[in-house]
Amino acid sequence: MDLAIALALQIVYGIANLVLISLGLAIIFGMMRVINLAHGEFLMLGGYTVVISTNHGVNIWFAMLVLAPLVVGLIGVLVERLLIQYLYGRMVDTLLATWGLSLLFVGLVTTIFGAQTETTISPPLGAISIGDYSSSAYELFLIGVTVALLLLVWAVMKWTRLGLVARATMQSDDMASALGVSTRNVYMITFGLGAAISGLAGGLLAPVTGVLPSIGATYIAKAFITVISGGASILAGTSAASILLGGINGIMSFLTGPTLGEVALLAAAIVLIRLMPTGITGRFFRKSL
Amino acid sequence: MNWSRENRWRAVIVAAGVLFTLAAPSMLELFTIINLSTAIALAILALSLGLIWGYGGILCFGQTAFFGIGAYAYTIAAVNFGGSSWAILLAILAAAAFAAVLGYFMFYGRVSDVYMAVITLTVTLILYSLLRRTSGPEYKIGNALLGGFNGVNSPPLNLPWPPYTPLYPEHVFYVGMAVLIIGYVLCAWLVQTHFGRVAVAIRENELRAELIGYDTRLYKLVLFTIGGAVAGAGGIIFCNGVGRITPDVFNLYNSALAIIWVIVGGRGTLVGPVLGSFALFYLTTWLGTQGTVNNNLVLGLILIVFVLAVPKGILPTFISWWDKARQRRSMQRRELKVRRRRGRASLLEEAADEK
Amino acid sequence: MKSEVVVETRNLSMYFGGVKAVDRVNFNLRENELRCLIGPNGAGKSTFFKCLTGQLVPTSGDVIIRDFNGTGRLPHQIARLGVGIKTQVPNVFDGLSVHENIWLAARRWHGAPRARTLTGETIERLKLGDIRNEPVGRLAHGQRQWVELGMVVAAEPWLVLLDEPAAGMTHEETERTAELIREINQQATMIVVEHDMQFIRMISSKVTVFHEGRILIEDTMDVVSADPRVREVYLGHGNA
Repeated sequence: MDLAIALALQIVYGIANLVLISLGLAIIFGMMRVINLAHGEFLMLGGYTVVISTNHGVNIWFAMLVLAPLVVGLIGVLVERLLIQYLYGRMVDTLLATWGLSLLFVGLVTTIFGAQTETTISPPLGAISIGDYSSSAYELFLIGVTVALLLLVWAVMKWTRLGLVARATMQSDDMASALGVSTRNVYMITFGLGAAISGLAGGLLAPVTGVLPSIGATYIAKAFITVISGGASILAGTSAASILLGGINGIMSFLTGPTLGEVALLAAAIVLIRLMPTGITGRFFRKSL
Repeated sequence: MNWSRENRWRAVIVAAGVLFTLAAPSMLELFTIINLSTAIALAILALSLGLIWGYGGILCFGQTAFFGIGAYAYTIAAVNFGGSSWAILLAILAAAAFAAVLGYFMFYGRVSDVYMAVITLTVTLILYSLLRRTSGPEYKIGNALLGGFNGVNSPPLNLPWPPYTPLYPEHVFYVGMAVLIIGYVLCAWLVQTHFGRVAVAIRENELRAELIGYDTRLYKLVLFTIGGAVAGAGGIIFCNGVGRITPDVFNLYNSALAIIWVIVGGRGTLVGPVLGSFALFYLTTWLGTQGTVNNNLVLGLILIVFVLAVPKGILPTFISWWDKARQRRSMQRRELKVRRRRGRASLLEEAADEK
Repeated sequence: MKSEVVVETRNLSMYFGGVKAVDRVNFNLRENELRCLIGPNGAGKSTFFKCLTGQLVPTSGDVIIRDFNGTGRLPHQIARLGVGIKTQVPNVFDGLSVHENIWLAARRWHGAPRARTLTGETIERLKLGDIRNEPVGRLAHGQRQWVELGMVVAAEPWLVLLDEPAAGMTHEETERTAELIREINQQATMIVVEHDMQFIRMISSKVTVFHEGRILIEDTMDVVSADPRVREVYLGHGNA
């Protein structure tokens, strides 16, 4: 019984982890049809923000929950203004340019902080025990944050003026322009928000994974797979794909070890994309957010 | 552009390649020659991406996957067989087969090009993280230990006939140049065949190609598989040049490099990407020895600048300048002729008036 | 003595969400016929066309071409039956020359020597000789339409499906296109989607009028244009 709970918790954590690292990418992709190859670096920058500010005596919770999204969100706005806005409608060029950006960020951070960072931060919460098994309280906290984040994005999309405008822009550029909405600002804010959520995720994961300039690469494969499998609907797509892929990964990892877990995740995603080229939400729950 | 002019250029390029191969050992130091084999291997990779992306329009961000699989397959097979001939064949087949399977999923699944880019990249990164985990003694194929992030030592190539002497590192240079030149000739021939021209047509407009009766999925699959085989051959040269193969071949940096070569050199040419790979190989090597600026930083800037300012790449931009200049010159010449004729005509008229 | 039915749809339907773009259409076309499909915008004629050509998979119903069930086949499989297709927006190979474009179509069905002569003939026939080496991307709209027609013709199809072949053409170009269509009809059965009444009179064919996803009436142009329902559909909705 305890084992079952511990296992279930592990799988739920795996799913939450996928949601957390993919959500920012999904927002930018879902609303703007831009695949941001610098997504991993947004996570990395979030992590660095947390590590550096806590080293300077900032409270870790404040650093994770406020500073990381703020800093990376601002960087996102800057990137949109300086680069992305010139490439709208050119999907392939956007991919290439954001890849350049990704390298640029890795290079910049390496130049400033070095290829390795000695300082690590430990999770601010200890362990809890479930019968004979112990689990990290911080993982439970991350699950909670993920759920809260999903609810927040849903609420913004559903009820705020920004969400309405964003949904209109998603449907059609012309419609939004006809409504008198400046799509320029919508894209900028969307990109900024996507970046901010990626920064938050990177910050939250920093105590678990540590930070390196090249750490973005470890995130992006999973984030891409999740977003593509999910399709264009931001929340439904990301959640459905995370549950499916995270679930498969968790169960296979438990049965055969982490290596095969990841193989299973990839295999499942490839089969999924072969069957549904537009992702889960391209086939099901089309009208969802 | 007419075909005969292109073919004349191709002949010049092949001749230059052969000349360089023959002259290099007497002109360059041994160290440089050995170092060159790695650059040549990367050039073969660039050639393969130039073929499938530049001509076929297949946006593959993970061309290094086939390159790496070629290298790993060669190494593992050569360790087990104790010789290189069958290992070479097996490595090329393995790379092609992997490309065929991946291509089948993408093309028959009608995956759009942006998704295709992300899928190929993801597959490469997953190979990277999988192979890094194979450090334990249980990860063993036949006699070959995969060795995790330390990789595997690659047995050297040997002569395919008795006495099966292993080749020295400097000889890998010759083999590499031979593969590069033969690969180039094959690719250049391929893009001129009916098959190659259909591939280009699909790049231009896939729906139209379908409407005139071509099964575009099959064409793309075949081209992608050929690209995989060429990249795999490059991988064999690579692990021979370096002496070992590690999972780093699959990392994000190398995937980006391959893309940058083609962007810089130019899509729609085969020489462009090859030259791009040589140029960037020496640029990054030089930057490495300087140690002041980070490679990633420079490569990132190059990629962004090219996408924004020189999207066609250096070689095609240069060719179109050249063509325009020639047109202008021939137009000027024609104008001059006309003016002269007019001048003569008016003189005659004046003469007539005087009479 | 009527000739054989070569294109038939049985209860063909295409729904987009709740919208019935094509609704249980039964359509017959006999050999050597030249049929125009007309109807106001959104009548379903282009969707119907895309179902015939394999660009869309119908929600239900069947498309039968000769004895072959073409429902849900891919465009290249339809083309392989000997069907030539021209889409509404010119679909051409922009980066390639006029000659190369047409050669690719001819070469699909013939060996190299025959393809070469066929390409030459087609270029001659469409009067594209002066621009044969120009990249198609640099040509004017009307010329691009003809290049696409050339690609259709070069394959020597027995059935030709054209979607708005005269769209965006000048009056002169339209006349030339009508002439070409009559010429192609000498050897091939044809379906032409069009909404320009003038143009349809030029090619003087039998007409099928689409309205709200269904066939409203099917007759000669004179009968159709005199029909009060057609007037209602066109004037009542279109130009109100």
